[in-house]
Amino acid sequence: MSSFLAISSPAQARRLFLGRSALVLSGAAVALLAGRDVLAAKSGESTAADVRILNTALGAELEAIAVYQVGAESGLLEKPVLALAVQFQGHHKEHADVLAATVRKLGGKAVAAKSKYQFPVESLKNQADVLRFAAGLEKGAVSAYLGAVPLFANRDLSKAAASILGDEAMHWAVLRNALGENPVPSAFVS
Amino acid sequence: MLLAALAAGDPRAGEAVYSRCLACHSLGYHRTGPRHCGLFGRLAGSAAGYEEYSPAMKRSRLVWNESTLDRFLADPLKTVPGTTMTYAGIEDPRERADLIAYLKQEGKCPAS
Repeated sequence: MSSFLAISSPAQARRLFLGRSALVLSGAAVALLAGRDVLAAKSGESTAADVRILNTALGAELEAIAVYQVGAESGLLEKPVLALAVQFQGHHKEHADVLAATVRKLGGKAVAAKSKYQFPVESLKNQADVLRFAAGLEKGAVSAYLGAVPLFANRDLSKAAASILGDEAMHWAVLRNALGENPVPSAFVS
Repeated sequence: MLLAALAAGDPRAGEAVYSRCLACHSLGYHRTGPRHCGLFGRLAGSAAGYEEYSPAMKRSRLVWNESTLDRFLADPLKTVPGTTMTYAGIEDPRERADLIAYLKQEGKCPAS
């Protein structure tokens, strides 16, 4: 798995980007955006702080994977929506893989998925409930990445996190649209 | 008057601000971050059943109230260096007041 920091040149990144299937495209795109190889990553507090940010994001991504699993197995999603949920779960898996690889590259220990997650399954009665729950999490993810982007000491990581933010925002918009809501309710996100 | 309104906060507006927290938090159960019910008066880093606190948060000795929450939400990493709540913060004092009002209104844990 490529980390944010593993692509040594734009040409290599482009080859990687073009060579992957659609399923893994966003991971390659993230690597593409992250760009440079900083194997000589600076040690010290700034790297440790970046690892904390990445691990917090990784924890949330792992939970998002579990959420979509609950949705997919709920029996509440009709076929086209189920396919969408599986696709979005795949994106979150790619995010998680890249985040974990980057944590390890920086010398950190990637957080693992929890053995058990708690979700309000009792309140999920129909497809709209599942979509609304997922949309809320995706909106939260947009905000979380927005709050993380300016914190990275390594600006390549900010760029890569912004790339994930864009993907989460698309998820949020598509889910809102599926709910019959305005998919893009404002010009800015917060 | 304005200061009093800012201090009070609007829980309805705060619910919208809380939507920014939903990638990691919920009111009623632990997620990537700890649950928020029972927050007021709780020692930071002490929510029962949540195991992922940073050492920094456990050492912070903060007790959550309007004042400490306002400070933390404005700049989590400055208030508790080393926290795993790696979020830039909420700059707008009005939004923080609204969020705190919402957390206060909704912050009672259901009886178990």
